Amino acid sequence: MPIATNTGIQIEGLSKRYGTGATAVDALKDVNMSVAPGEVVGLIGPSGSGKTTLLKCLGAIITPTHGRMTLGGEVIFDQGWKIKDLTALRRDRIGFVFQAPYLIPFLDVRDNVALLPMLAAQPDAKARERSMELLEALDVAHRANALPSELSGGEQQRVSIARALANKPPVILADEPTAPLDSERALAVMRILNQMAAQYRTAIIVVTHDEKIIPTFKRLYNIRDGQTIEEAGQGHSVH
Amino acid sequence: MISLAGRDILHSWGRFLLTGMGLGLLIGVTLTFAGVYRGMVDDAKVLLNNSGADLWVVQQDTQGPYAESSSLRDDVYRSLLGLPGVAQAANVTYLTMQVRGPSGDVRAMVVGFEPGQPGEPAFLVAGRRITRGHYEAVADVRTGFVPGERIRIRRHEYTVVGLTRRTVSSGGDPMVFIPLKDAQEAQFLKDNDAIVGERERIAANPAFNRPGVPGLLEAVTASQTTSHNVNAVLVRMADGHPAAVLAETIGRWKHLQAYTRAEMEELLIAKLIATAAKQIGMFLVILAVVSAAIVAFIIYTMTLGKIREIAVLKLIGTHGRTIAGMILQQALGLGVIGFIIGKLSASLWAPLFPKYVLLETGDAVLGFFLVMAVCALASTLAIRAAFKVDPAAAIG
Repeated sequence: MPIATNTGIQIEGLSKRYGTGATAVDALKDVNMSVAPGEVVGLIGPSGSGKTTLLKCLGAIITPTHGRMTLGGEVIFDQGWKIKDLTALRRDRIGFVFQAPYLIPFLDVRDNVALLPMLAAQPDAKARERSMELLEALDVAHRANALPSELSGGEQQRVSIARALANKPPVILADEPTAPLDSERALAVMRILNQMAAQYRTAIIVVTHDEKIIPTFKRLYNIRDGQTIEEAGQGHSVH
Repeated sequence: MISLAGRDILHSWGRFLLTGMGLGLLIGVTLTFAGVYRGMVDDAKVLLNNSGADLWVVQQDTQGPYAESSSLRDDVYRSLLGLPGVAQAANVTYLTMQVRGPSGDVRAMVVGFEPGQPGEPAFLVAGRRITRGHYEAVADVRTGFVPGERIRIRRHEYTVVGLTRRTVSSGGDPMVFIPLKDAQEAQFLKDNDAIVGERERIAANPAFNRPGVPGLLEAVTASQTTSHNVNAVLVRMADGHPAAVLAETIGRWKHLQAYTRAEMEELLIAKLIATAAKQIGMFLVILAVVSAAIVAFIIYTMTLGKIREIAVLKLIGTHGRTIAGMILQQALGLGVIGFIIGKLSASLWAPLFPKYVLLETGDAVLGFFLVMAVCALASTLAIRAAFKVDPAAAIG
């Protein structure tokens, strides 16, 4: 899959309708959004506002009804998917960080991160080299041979961030990554995400309702009734 | 590329091993059942081999001496010896009965034979051959008798002088070989009370006790207390003479029934043990179905326990075929563990069975491929479940 110049992610007029006729529900209505490489933006909104639907559309898990999405400079959706293999799209071009780390319990830390490059047909040695590089950057390289069950919650979350970065995706989608953490650890995770975004020129969208981390965003998208409103954030430094 | 299945198995090897052991015991039972059938067939073949005959001559219109009872006069062999192509012909008797030994009764097939003739045990593993005309016996080691022991067959006691091995009836009972005359007496002669009663009955019959015919009553009485019957005549062919041709000649001119080796094998395997074989076949089918159901259930349950991981794997870009491969490999891995344990178990417990259990390599190889096929088939249910997992389940 040819990768165009990384320009982050742009969404224009994206909508998603569930059902048909009288029972149809518009989960997303004409959503516009843009995240530049190296930028971390927040996506906030009350429950049922459409955050998760938007995340699923961005993650190529569900198909939007209308709109256009550009990822890393390439149009991936324009009234329909422009890429056949959505699994490969997710593997190579989108990183995921979840509320819980969801690491593969039977793989050690190094191979949890190396799995994605391996799935993308990279040689094992190169994939593990990439894994170690990311683990070093995230300060968990010393736990490379440990199983996920042997790590603390914070360490697990850092490994999941490393996994999301493994295939150098232009965008990372983080679904409430700080929800189970206390303030200190939540801010630490945000610090890491900001560092990684800057270091690897990755656009990061963080879905959250965590009041502790909202002040850290420079830019926010507030989603209400399926529509986004761009807001300026406070951008408190977490470095 | 990492073997996801291999890593998962290594990670939870204890659970895999325990599951494999359960499955293995089931496979072991299945292999043993196949071994029981093979043992029955082998017993039948061994019975024919041990007789050393090319042709079995029995009573007309019977399928004796193993599948049906057969009785013919003990001078028939003389007329057979005169036929072209006959090298040896010898009388034999077969009688399955309880033989009383020093440590209790043993169910055995008592064989009456003539030394140096077909029907004699081919080899001994201990002791010597029978050298006296009466009251000596050679026993199969599975009877538990040892040389020098005294055993009782009907009214007489015999000394065990030798032991042989793998001489069994088609039913798997060990054999005890005794001289033909003793065996005829054991099989056909009545007990003393019955003989006395019979004498009185004959004496009271005016047809046998005529005043003007001296010696008639004694002659009739004597004929009732001697036996000149045997169950079969075993014929060994001279080189270059086909047994089938002689069998046809005997059937046509001697008013007897003759079976070749192939026909006798057909009688024993296709008819005598046919019902037992079908019974075992049914058990094998049921066990195979139960094994498949258990493997399917285990793999399915294991897959359901990994739904979240599968959703994450799918979300982060793992193709369905990779996940299907992981489940299939785990199912096959379980099958391999189960087969190894099953084969070991069957090999360990087979000698403990009272009847011969023959575990053939061919059956084991076939069993292995069947287990693999069953595991692959059983994994489809789990693979289907994995394909249905929505990657969005990882997001919530």
